[in-house]
Amino acid sequence: MLDNLQILIAAPALAADLLIQGVFIGAIFALVAYGLALVWGVMNVKNLCQGDYVIVGGYIAYLMAQSGINPILALPIAFVLMFMFGWVVYLAVIRRVVDRDMFTSLLATFGLALLIAQVLNLIFGPEVRTAEAGFGTFFMADGLIAIQWVRLISLGLAGALALGIVLFMRHSRMGRAIRATAQDPRAARVLGVNTDQVYAFTYALNAAICGAAGVLVSLIWVIQPYFGIVYSIRAFVIVTAAGLGNLPGVILAGFGLGVAENMSAFLLGAEFAVAAVVSMLLIVLIYRQIQLYRVRQVVR
Amino acid sequence: MTSARTDGVIYAGLIAFGIVGPLLFPGYTNQIAIMWLMVLMASTWDVMGGQTGYNSLGNIAFFGIGMYASAVVQIALFYDVGEYTAAFGAIKVEFTDAQYFTGLALGLGLAGVIAAIVSVLVGLCVFGLRGPYFAIGTLGVAVAMAELISGWNYVGGGGGISMPVFPGEAGASSLAFYAMFFVLAIVAHLFLRWLYSTQFGLALNAIRDDEDKAEAMGLHTLRYKLIAWAIAAFFMGIAGAVFGNMIGFIEPLEVAFPTTTFGIFMVAMALLGGKGTLWGPVLGAILFHVVKELTWTYLLDWQWVALGAIIVVNIVYFQQGILGWAQDRWPAAFGLKVDEGGDDATPAGAREAAE
Repeated sequence: MLDNLQILIAAPALAADLLIQGVFIGAIFALVAYGLALVWGVMNVKNLCQGDYVIVGGYIAYLMAQSGINPILALPIAFVLMFMFGWVVYLAVIRRVVDRDMFTSLLATFGLALLIAQVLNLIFGPEVRTAEAGFGTFFMADGLIAIQWVRLISLGLAGALALGIVLFMRHSRMGRAIRATAQDPRAARVLGVNTDQVYAFTYALNAAICGAAGVLVSLIWVIQPYFGIVYSIRAFVIVTAAGLGNLPGVILAGFGLGVAENMSAFLLGAEFAVAAVVSMLLIVLIYRQIQLYRVRQVVR
Repeated sequence: MTSARTDGVIYAGLIAFGIVGPLLFPGYTNQIAIMWLMVLMASTWDVMGGQTGYNSLGNIAFFGIGMYASAVVQIALFYDVGEYTAAFGAIKVEFTDAQYFTGLALGLGLAGVIAAIVSVLVGLCVFGLRGPYFAIGTLGVAVAMAELISGWNYVGGGGGISMPVFPGEAGASSLAFYAMFFVLAIVAHLFLRWLYSTQFGLALNAIRDDEDKAEAMGLHTLRYKLIAWAIAAFFMGIAGAVFGNMIGFIEPLEVAFPTTTFGIFMVAMALLGGKGTLWGPVLGAILFHVVKELTWTYLLDWQWVALGAIIVVNIVYFQQGILGWAQDRWPAAFGLKVDEGGDDATPAGAREAAE
């Protein structure tokens, strides 16, 4: 670990490379986490199948690439398909857990996550897949920093998607209804907002965002039926670290996690990357709890 | 809760089945052994989940810790563990009968103790978390343990360890492990039955109903939670050790820390039977296991999908569980008093929703 640290200090270009790759990945994490923050904040559902929507989106891109279509074009298709899928899931399961205690939603979506992962495993098998977009790589700093075009493009797409969603939430009628429901569902109902529809739309939008993020994942990384849970955990890390309803915080924390994960994978070895993410979750949770504890003491 | 007589009949039936079962259906010995394991898992999950109101998704971590602890103890008594695991089973090491059984006995005992110690250490960190945060945090603990073990080459890393082989014939070994699971499940059940009848059990229920009030009444809630979790971890650790020896080959992701299979099954089983009751987890585990084996036989390839669907339906549509439903329906049979116009007889699910 110390040797690797020395390498990093000796070769700043390598550190910059890790940083840049971390930012590319972090953009995707930020999208997934934003979806989670949306569902969590609006309907108080802790969606543990977040990561599995990502993987489903990835497989949509994979299928497109297999049939000879450029997987970049899969982005809008995955968005629409996952929107519909999310709506169906809402009607079948989520609608019944919205008003229940939070453990119910956690467990129900965990069950859903298992279900989705197993179905994917049956259809696609447990092999690791990737969607080849066929763009080249360009180099910076004497070849020490390799940037694949596809990563740059996916960063741009993620940014465009995030911008679109932010504008939608701010200016459209539905976006305003969603924000109103998040603030006070009862008051929103009194003022004529169909909150059931808002919940359905929010959940479907979340699935769509995850699906689009999944397309990007399959472009720059690999997908596998059981990789979903790690994305869910990452989303939880980011949202708990940033806090609900703190959009800039979520995006910043997403980038931060991407960089931190990339760095720790290099420093500790790739086999500890997942462990590092999970430990970060625990640290964030415990830190938040300490903060809360202080508040509790003051209030009483 | 139920009358002493029905209890006696149920115990007699279960013990009779436990003894006669493997003799009548020798082909199913392992399946029935797993059923006792499921009963044990669901019952010990319920100590925290049902009785104390702390829904842990990470109890499976203690299962894996126990399994690895016993493996390391069993091997380390006579060989160098690093060498043994580095060879990935290429070195055929022989354990004499005496070596094997001392190793096994020591391994099982230490597995429980080590799991309990780890549970206390983890508990000190995570018991500040409440509600869903506790669930996510404990899930994180289980996933982190699996990843750490698979990165630790001393215990074989992701490649796993092949366990010492049980001396004697295949039939004898499966019967021996069957007996261990059976005894373990019964002992755990009787222990929990006694535990829930003491003040300690009442304290756990008080924590579930309102932790702040319990604390204000002078209960040292952290201590109660730690002890309750350590009890669950102790049994889970021993169960993991037995399971590892029964399987013969242990590996971090699928065998030792199966977060997405046994880890979620134990929660689903306790919920299916009715959490917060003594018999609920037992009933749920037996039912779940039977359904699981049936889907295994008749829905090959789709069995996991079917199980996932069962879990979702169980949690979303039928969360109070079988016993919870029965208590709602016939409260008198369970010795519960119904407060007219109130909803005091509703089981754990409703109580939590009210929080």
